[in-house]
Amino acid sequence: MQSYKKPAIGAPRGRGGVVLKDPMQTSTLVLVLLILTAVAYRAGRQRSLALVGGVKGAKHLHSLPGYYGMLTALWCAIPALLVLALWHSFDGRIVTDMVVASMPSDVQVLSEDELSLVLNDVRNLVAGAIPAELASAEVQAAAARYQQLESLSRLAAAGLTLSIALGLGAFVWWRISPALRARNKVEQIVKVGLIVCSTIAIFTTVGIVISVLFESLRFFQVVPVTEFLFGLQWSPQMAIRADQVGSSGAFGAVPLFTGTLLIAGLAMLVAVPVGLFAAIYLAEYAHRQVRAVVKPLLEVLAGIPTVVYGFFAALIVGPMLRQAGEAAGLAVSSESALAAGLVMGVMIIPFVSSLADDMLTAVPQSLRDGSYGLGATQSETIRRVVFPAALPGIVGGVLLAISRAIGETMIVVMAAGLGANLTANPLEAVTTVTTQIVTLLVGDQEFDSPKTLAAFALGLVLFLVTLSLNIIALHVVRKYREQYE
Amino acid sequence: MSEPTLTPATAETPAQRTRRLVEKSLRRRYRAERRFRVYGIVAVALGLGFVAFLFSSIISTGWTVFQQSYLKLEIDYAPDVLDPDGSRDPEVIGSADFSALIKAALRKQFPDVEGRSDLRTLYKLASEGGQFDLRQRVLDDPRRVGSQESLWVLADDRVDLLMKGEIERGLPEDVRGISDQELAWIDRLVADGRLEKRFNRSFFTRGDSREPEQAGVWGAVSGSILTLFVTLLLAFPIGVAAAIYLEEFAPQNRFTDLIEVNINNLAAVPSIVFGLLGLAVFIQLFGLPRSAPLVGGLVLTLMTLPTIIIASRAALKGVPPSIREAALGMGASQVQMIAHHVLPLAMPGMLTGAIIGMARALGESAPLLMIGMVAFIVDIPHGLTDPATVLPVQVYLWADSPERAFLERTSGAILVLLGFLLIMNATAVVLRQKFERRW
Amino acid sequence: MATEPTEMVQRTGATLGPGSAPPERTAQGQRTVGEITVSNPVIVCRNVNVHYGDKQAIRDVSLDIAHNEVIAMIGPSGCGKSTFLRCLNRLNDTIPTAKVTGSITLDGVDVYDRKQDVVQLRARVGMVFQKPNPFPKSVYENVAYGPRIHGLAGDRTELDEIVQTSLMRAGLWEEVKDRLDQPGTALSGGQQQRLCIARTIAVSPEVILMDEPCSALDPIATARIEDLIDELRQNYAICIVTHSMQQAARVSQRTAYFHLGDLIEVGSTDQIFTNPRHKLTEDYITGRFG
Ligand SMILES: Nc1ncnc2c1ncn2[C@@H]1O[C@H](COP(=O)(O)OP(=O)(O)OP(=O)(O)O)[C@@H](O)[C@H]1O
Ligand SMILES: [Mg+2]
Repeated sequence: MQSYKKPAIGAPRGRGGVVLKDPMQTSTLVLVLLILTAVAYRAGRQRSLALVGGVKGAKHLHSLPGYYGMLTALWCAIPALLVLALWHSFDGRIVTDMVVASMPSDVQVLSEDELSLVLNDVRNLVAGAIPAELASAEVQAAAARYQQLESLSRLAAAGLTLSIALGLGAFVWWRISPALRARNKVEQIVKVGLIVCSTIAIFTTVGIVISVLFESLRFFQVVPVTEFLFGLQWSPQMAIRADQVGSSGAFGAVPLFTGTLLIAGLAMLVAVPVGLFAAIYLAEYAHRQVRAVVKPLLEVLAGIPTVVYGFFAALIVGPMLRQAGEAAGLAVSSESALAAGLVMGVMIIPFVSSLADDMLTAVPQSLRDGSYGLGATQSETIRRVVFPAALPGIVGGVLLAISRAIGETMIVVMAAGLGANLTANPLEAVTTVTTQIVTLLVGDQEFDSPKTLAAFALGLVLFLVTLSLNIIALHVVRKYREQYE
Repeated sequence: MSEPTLTPATAETPAQRTRRLVEKSLRRRYRAERRFRVYGIVAVALGLGFVAFLFSSIISTGWTVFQQSYLKLEIDYAPDVLDPDGSRDPEVIGSADFSALIKAALRKQFPDVEGRSDLRTLYKLASEGGQFDLRQRVLDDPRRVGSQESLWVLADDRVDLLMKGEIERGLPEDVRGISDQELAWIDRLVADGRLEKRFNRSFFTRGDSREPEQAGVWGAVSGSILTLFVTLLLAFPIGVAAAIYLEEFAPQNRFTDLIEVNINNLAAVPSIVFGLLGLAVFIQLFGLPRSAPLVGGLVLTLMTLPTIIIASRAALKGVPPSIREAALGMGASQVQMIAHHVLPLAMPGMLTGAIIGMARALGESAPLLMIGMVAFIVDIPHGLTDPATVLPVQVYLWADSPERAFLERTSGAILVLLGFLLIMNATAVVLRQKFERRW
Repeated sequence: MATEPTEMVQRTGATLGPGSAPPERTAQGQRTVGEITVSNPVIVCRNVNVHYGDKQAIRDVSLDIAHNEVIAMIGPSGCGKSTFLRCLNRLNDTIPTAKVTGSITLDGVDVYDRKQDVVQLRARVGMVFQKPNPFPKSVYENVAYGPRIHGLAGDRTELDEIVQTSLMRAGLWEEVKDRLDQPGTALSGGQQQRLCIARTIAVSPEVILMDEPCSALDPIATARIEDLIDELRQNYAICIVTHSMQQAARVSQRTAYFHLGDLIEVGSTDQIFTNPRHKLTEDYITGRFG
């Protein structure tokens, strides 16, 4: 399939990438900081002991001596490391901006695309990926400036972090007194650390929303939302430029949505009946020993990486289907929706079955007894009492499974193809939202071409759809669990 | 309404009527019962059948990767080729034409072959990759220059496929990809004991290659190890810390509810969305290098955090309150109680969760495509910022290659991947069983 | 079983009337005191033993249940009343570890015989449980469930009629006739229990087993159900487990006292409550035990 993929990021790039800072420098700095921290610990501990006249006087200290050491060490290390991390997050951009600012004015008026090309040259020159003779004079000058700024930046980072570490460490060390409530302070710092860690989940969500939304908004400035959501034509490869908006219709995502739904639908057609009946059999009929063996075996399917399913769909099931189709006189595309859907369904079986199993076993035995007591057979009890009772939970589980199917990437990337066909025929090739995200973003990206931005718009749609499915499903499942608590 | 008006005008009592009607319905109902049960059995059989089919087809296409065809050639490290001016300078030797040695050895093996085109066909029996092995041998020990030895060198992938029976001898010459002439040579070599399948060490020691017979998984395995190293280093402490806060300290309020909802939702967000986040934030905003295990590790950290937090919270919940009360009763502060008493008891459960999270991260590929870990990379990565790829992405790349011999490599790489997953999951199971405690 | 049983058994054994079966021996050499047989039995149990795995829950119980009678089972918690009840319609089959031996016949046919069909059996021997367990369906569907699965109603009007009659006889009709399509789980506890009774009688069984049907109910709901039981006696044999001595006295004609898996004493309710013959029964009834 995509032959442009591999060479795109392959050979031409120098070892270690192009925007790399010398990693040794930073790691040495971190090492020095760690040594400083260890020294600070010893110093803090020693001072606390010295203040009360040695180990014998330790009972006059508010906290154990180790806590004084820890307090000193924490103040020495944490702020310095934070500053270092911040510095490194932004120095690349700042240095680049400064280099651009120093370049001749005719460079500065270039469009962003052309500018990034020039900057690439500069960076390659710095990294030694291209020989100096090949570069123009202004690029050489810029490269020199770049190098100079970079080493300056490194020096400044080292100076700043070390002085922060030393300064704060020394300050705390000086403040140590027997009455200092070192343990409480250390514990407070620990607690703040814990809170920060637990908020990472929020920051991740916010990060996802902002990054996806931001790029999507840029995309919607070029391509109207309505065209994206309702357009029937998807051909981003003939990507239009920002100044050529005229060629409309290239970013209509409807074929992707239908393709995604077709494959997800096929997957659910496999996964829901098989998963449900397997769950019913294992939960209601199977002997305990059979269940103990079969259940984990089925769950093996959930532990297999999706890329393996992709391989399976593309290279084993796909050709098999095509042969079968030939034999039956049907034209089956080699990258058919059917192959991807079937294999995705297999992947989702354990997901459906273990959730349904949970839900079925949560149905109280008293309901079964009530039904048996009236003379119902086992299947009548299951079909008419147990299953309806578990239905809300099972629906929640199926919703989660659908969200899984919609967001699944590797199977469709490998087996579903790239042609944005607006079709409901599972024997044809269709493409999906995730496939297109991968296709648009793998390879060299310019962050301002609508082609790249379109991937983020697709990502936004994907995120919103799966998020709402998840929220509804989790809500339904929780309500269901409460019911039989 | 009060008395059995519902029965027809017979003398039957309601109970007798029930008996009769139930009797009548039994056959039909038991048939339905059997049918229903058969559906269940069929579903279970289908599920197990899929597992069996998946594994058997991967194993049957992949197990041959552990062997590779090698040619035994009499290599003459001719000084005039390797080191014409006798300087023994590694620079000079390193840039010498080692393929000439292999060609010479082949010519010696088949002295009767003449003519340029025949010779060119003959040379194609050996892999391009053999020369790198020779160079390494000479660079390791320059005294080899001028000596001779009999050496097993890599055969071409077509020869390998033929040896493994993947190419059928019976096919007509033009579709077989191997000419009758070559077939005759191969048969002669096999008869002489100079062509055989041996253990495929290079598959486990080399990086990627365009030539299937030279391609190995070690590059990808190293990439995976580096990436998982970053993930474990970040996700485990952060996940445990978050779990401790939520389980032990957090007050029940809106804010902690928000965190909870976020964690549960993140666990179900498609992994590719994390890739978009990584691309926009780590690469675009922070300017970290593409294709680097560092960025891959960061993205996978965000992805596995929910799993680890959820598992760690479950482990903390499993520690009985009596132990906490005992510790607090002895005058420990809450932090001390957790650090000295609760954490050690919850650690096995947390580790199990971490291993399962790592296993998921090891199999993940979609988000890594976004941050450029799909490059064609020959070198083995050694640092966190070296360009690298990971095992599942290697599978993806090879699965896309047109050469038939890559099919076997792909399945082989999958086997290696599944092997790692098996080890990790088995460790988790053992850990759980060993430390499972009933209070 | 600390009291001197041998002496008592001998004494009471002499009072047994002619023609009655000899009292059965229990595993510990005890015999059931009183008349275990009746003249018009629906269900006849002989030497019933139930094991849950290794644990024996019921030992050698023999008892007859007559047509149109209410028989109460009393005894301390865990003595095997529910277990015995569940033997009668083979609901113990659903517990994998349970094993039942001995003979139980319904109208002369062995319930545990391979030819006896459980579906048929349970349609004839209905059961009401200790905790109301309406299905998560509408009130109507709850009552219609049995007739539907057994095919007792030819068409919708017939089904409507069965539902209405059953609800009326369970004394619930007036309260639910306007909300037949609301979920049965939305009713109050007492209403739910009467719904379960209606559900059971909708099938028109021959025997109704009731396992502590009033334990979750307030006195008013209890009274209504007791009235109902009294009325149902016209058509059914009813076997009721209860922890309330007063209730047993009010609704039943005969009473059986169980103790740690043994059936200690059976007799007319009047006799059991006024003149218990076994020391254990007396202790239990007078509140000295259990
Ligand atoms: N499913 C089961 N598995 C194992 N043992 C059981 C089971 N059900 C009941 N038992 C045991 O059998 C004995 C009799 O139980 P049963 O439920 O019949 O008592 P009961 O007389 O109904 O008590 P209660 O008045 O509390 O309902 C008890 O010791 C109980 O522990
Ligand atoms: Mg009971």
